Amino acid sequence: MIDTKDILETINMIREENLDIRTVTVGISLFDCVSDDKNRLLNNIYEKITRTAEKLVPICNELEKTYGIPIINKRVSVTPLSLVGGKLDSEGYVQAAQMLDRAAETLGINFIGGFGALVHKGSTKCEDALIDAIPEALASTKMVCSSVNVATTKAGINMDAIAKMGSIIKKTAYLTRENNSIGCAKLVVFANVPEDNPFMAGAFHGVGEPDAIINVGVSGPGVVSSAIRRAGNCNLSELAEVIKKQSFKITRVGQLIAREASNRMNIPFGIVDLSLAPTPAIGDSVADILESMGLETCGTHGTTAALAMLNDAVKKGGVMASSHVGGLSGAFIPVSEDAGMIAAVEKGVLSIEKLEAMTAVCSVGLDMIAVPGDTSEAVICGIIADEISIGVANTKTTAVRIIPAYNKNVGDSIDFGGLLGTAPIMQLRKESPEIFINRGGRIPAPIHSLKN
Amino acid sequence: MKTKAVISVTGKDNVGIIAKVSNVCSEYGANIIDVSQTVLKEYFAMIMLVEIDSLTLPFTEFVDRVAIIGKELGLEIHAMHEDIFDSMHKI
Repeated sequence: MIDTKDILETINMIREENLDIRTVTVGISLFDCVSDDKNRLLNNIYEKITRTAEKLVPICNELEKTYGIPIINKRVSVTPLSLVGGKLDSEGYVQAAQMLDRAAETLGINFIGGFGALVHKGSTKCEDALIDAIPEALASTKMVCSSVNVATTKAGINMDAIAKMGSIIKKTAYLTRENNSIGCAKLVVFANVPEDNPFMAGAFHGVGEPDAIINVGVSGPGVVSSAIRRAGNCNLSELAEVIKKQSFKITRVGQLIAREASNRMNIPFGIVDLSLAPTPAIGDSVADILESMGLETCGTHGTTAALAMLNDAVKKGGVMASSHVGGLSGAFIPVSEDAGMIAAVEKGVLSIEKLEAMTAVCSVGLDMIAVPGDTSEAVICGIIADEISIGVANTKTTAVRIIPAYNKNVGDSIDFGGLLGTAPIMQLRKESPEIFINRGGRIPAPIHSLKN
Repeated sequence: MKTKAVISVTGKDNVGIIAKVSNVCSEYGANIIDVSQTVLKEYFAMIMLVEIDSLTLPFTEFVDRVAIIGKELGLEIHAMHEDIFDSMHKI
């Protein structure tokens, strides 16, 4: 017999503390869709996606009911389109994005990722055409997400690509200006991008992956912050243990759902992403965890240390709970998607500089940050270059998902609704890094001895 | 080994809860193997362990039937496959 206390704890986690499976993502290879005929290529892509992930939504619904745990998002990630587009021009890539959107609609999923390119050392003609198509592609689709990897620790940083992304982000913001520049919420620039990440906007199906695979992302900031509050006045060694135990439990549920989804869909299990992914719901916040650890407001001095400890404990607890761990794995700090982060920005405590420091010790990067609509391309490139450097120098993934919200200024906020939440416009420095950015070229890969 | 599910009932105490939940179980072939009850302040929690191998309808539909009883009684009643508890609490 399972212990009554354990049963009640699980039920309480799900009903009161917002424990959920954030996403079940099916990765699908598109290499066998390749054709030199555009229509045939697009039809092959549509057919492969809708056939492979046909059962994703019904099976997730079945799993939700069987185990009594919500599965918030059902998603598909595909091979970066630029690797299978062949001779498509920009217009062709826009049509390909629309085809992905149609496939997503047919499947009834929430997002589809993989409209992207890997250009960390340089770009091919295909990749240039795809990147040029991003603004129009995101403006003319609902569920398509795009990512571009502009740096790796081994290759260094492609500053030409960063310069280009500054202009692409501005253009995307403009083309989706009627909807708070929402296109930028579906576009992310990476360093050291993982190839098996189930989370959007950065999910794609890497070249080393099999034909299809199931990756699962868990959530549960509410579970961790409640446990920290219950732990009371203990020291940080003891607190790390509390976090590890909760992380283990959360991840085990992810592993169970991943295994069952894999069995029922007959698609191999890839990884569980050990994530603490917040939502705008009250009590489902990573900032709330940091504050329950003892910070008056997230973003104050001590935040980086608290976050580093949290992130490490989440990984240590989670890694034993799953047979394969991957993706981004760590605490996420998307500003607009986290009620506590939003409050901290509005209070003037959480700045972009602090967020940047926080990304050095946790998952991903400057995520869902809204900035004034008149921010120059050069400043956006500077923000990207700074964040990407942190990833490259520290051999970790970092990313930027920034929204220069058209016609908005500091003091305004933009509301995307749903999981994307509400973003207060953040203050930036105005001094220009333009000459530095316009130098172009590549920042060489960092040395990995003489560490200091 | 038989497949089991946990039916949890939480809410304000009420007459006839166990009878109604047991009725649903017998109607659809769920064999009750254990019942435990805890009282938390004025609220109470009942946990019922049932075998679901001989269910006369798919488990997901059984979950719906159980939830309907909960709505009728104004209580939270949920049936969940035991694997979620095992995976979370057993190494």
